[in-house]
Amino acid sequence: MKLVMAIIKPFKLDEVREALTAIGVQGLTVTEVKGYGRQKGQTEIYRGAEYAVNFLPKLKIEVVVSTDQADSVVSAISGAAKTGQIGDGKIFVISVEQVLRIRTGETDAEAL
Amino acid sequence: MSKTGRYTKMAGMAGLAVLAMSAPAFAQEAEEAFTLSAPETAYIFNTLLFLIGGFLVMWMAAGFAMLEAGLVRSKNVAMQCTKNISLFAIATIMYYLIGYNLMYAGVDGGYFGSISLWGVDDSGGVAADGTGYASASDWFFQVVFVATAASIVSGTLAERIKLWPFLLFTVILTGFIYPIQGAWQWGGGWLSEMGFSDFAGSTIVHSTGGWAALMGALILGPRIGKYVKGGGVSPMPGSSMPLATLGTFILWLGWFGFNGASQLALGTIADANAVSTIFINTNMAAAGGVVAAMLLTQLLYKKVDITMALNGALAGLVSITAEPLAPTLGWALIIGALGGVIVVLTVPLLDKLHIDDVVGAIPVHLFCGIWGTMAVPLTNGDTSFAVQATGVISIGIFVAVTSLVLWLALRFTIGIRCSEEEEMMGLDKAEIGVEAYPEFTAS
Repeated sequence: MKLVMAIIKPFKLDEVREALTAIGVQGLTVTEVKGYGRQKGQTEIYRGAEYAVNFLPKLKIEVVVSTDQADSVVSAISGAAKTGQIGDGKIFVISVEQVLRIRTGETDAEAL
Repeated sequence: MSKTGRYTKMAGMAGLAVLAMSAPAFAQEAEEAFTLSAPETAYIFNTLLFLIGGFLVMWMAAGFAMLEAGLVRSKNVAMQCTKNISLFAIATIMYYLIGYNLMYAGVDGGYFGSISLWGVDDSGGVAADGTGYASASDWFFQVVFVATAASIVSGTLAERIKLWPFLLFTVILTGFIYPIQGAWQWGGGWLSEMGFSDFAGSTIVHSTGGWAALMGALILGPRIGKYVKGGGVSPMPGSSMPLATLGTFILWLGWFGFNGASQLALGTIADANAVSTIFINTNMAAAGGVVAAMLLTQLLYKKVDITMALNGALAGLVSITAEPLAPTLGWALIIGALGGVIVVLTVPLLDKLHIDDVVGAIPVHLFCGIWGTMAVPLTNGDTSFAVQATGVISIGIFVAVTSLVLWLALRFTIGIRCSEEEEMMGLDKAEIGVEAYPEFTAS
């Protein structure tokens, strides 16, 4: 099993969710996060004073799928979240050792 | 309705018959009772103007509260609301106890009135010349102006001042400082004899609040982290632009009472025309302030700054307050627009001097108050630049010196500033224990 964790632009969430639903992904966790990448944020002006916005708002989405599904999930996310502009985000794939559905006690593949 | 119903039930048919028989005589009496002389009609309209103007200006307290709530960070919003509701209450009480009579009772060309409680006094009856009004309506209209001056101070000193020392300052400001300088002009004191002109208070209300705020900011110091080593400024964006915008609109609305009712009479056609002219000039000056601030921020910073546009509206309003009647609409536009320019240029100037004014009250109320007062002779031929400058300078020195002494006294006795830890935590938690937005996660 794999955890696919992606940092995306907030306004891309709906498109990403639709792309994942289309390939049969059943659940998704979304978190509002802030961070920076190679551009180190942006500068803004407030009341005549320039200041650095060091952390830009992003969304982190997390989805756990079976190992053979991971590649299609990654390509669905990257396809839907891409604008071609700076700050589109990143996708990380991490191995998952164990899954348990709390309500039924089902484990691993059955719990996904 | 209920009173009539009960009467009919008790008196029965006999009562009704008596009522019917006496009806013609009763109608005649009523007709006589409701014939008003022209001075009486004027008295009612004058009073109505004070009451309507008064509750519009009272509502400006809500405008200041929302403007400040929007321009401070979320961890200080409830504290800012607390300060605004309490300063309004204190201003009301102090103006009753001391302020009104100190400003208006027996000034006679001098420097202050008498120290005594104010009370309703309508014993003078209806003035034959149509200038009469209910005394309480005048008092109500005056008391809401004091609160406006006190509101100005609270915005500048936000996010770092302790609650009770601020309120103690408010007590002295509304009970003594404001009434004494007000007596010089509106109380019939020496400035008014000299020919100074400040129609609704660019200097008397707005600059007074602005001077007190400036002295407070100097003694209190900037917020931690606002000015970084090497001269840089680290802005602390406000928590809610919708609230700041709502506050500005409320202030804009309230200003029709502030300036319009400062005509002090609505009993003649001339007064009706004057109040109406004041309304449109006030509105036009605010519009000029907004557009000027927007254009200038677009030119200087490549983006429109909403907080500057909001300040621009208030800048235009303060600028026209010293003379909202004499200018043409075109002049009102120019006077207001220059106010907007002043704000956009002086907000960064204060930052360069490391004077931390959270909401821009010093540029808006002090600098535009001075500009508005000095602009009076441009449109009002009965005034002179020299006398206007005398008023600006004398009131400026009086308010600045008394405020400075008071802030220093508070600082070296009970202290005025929160600890560093409390400031970082936010005054909502540290000072009053109630957060404005308790369900938000800390960011």
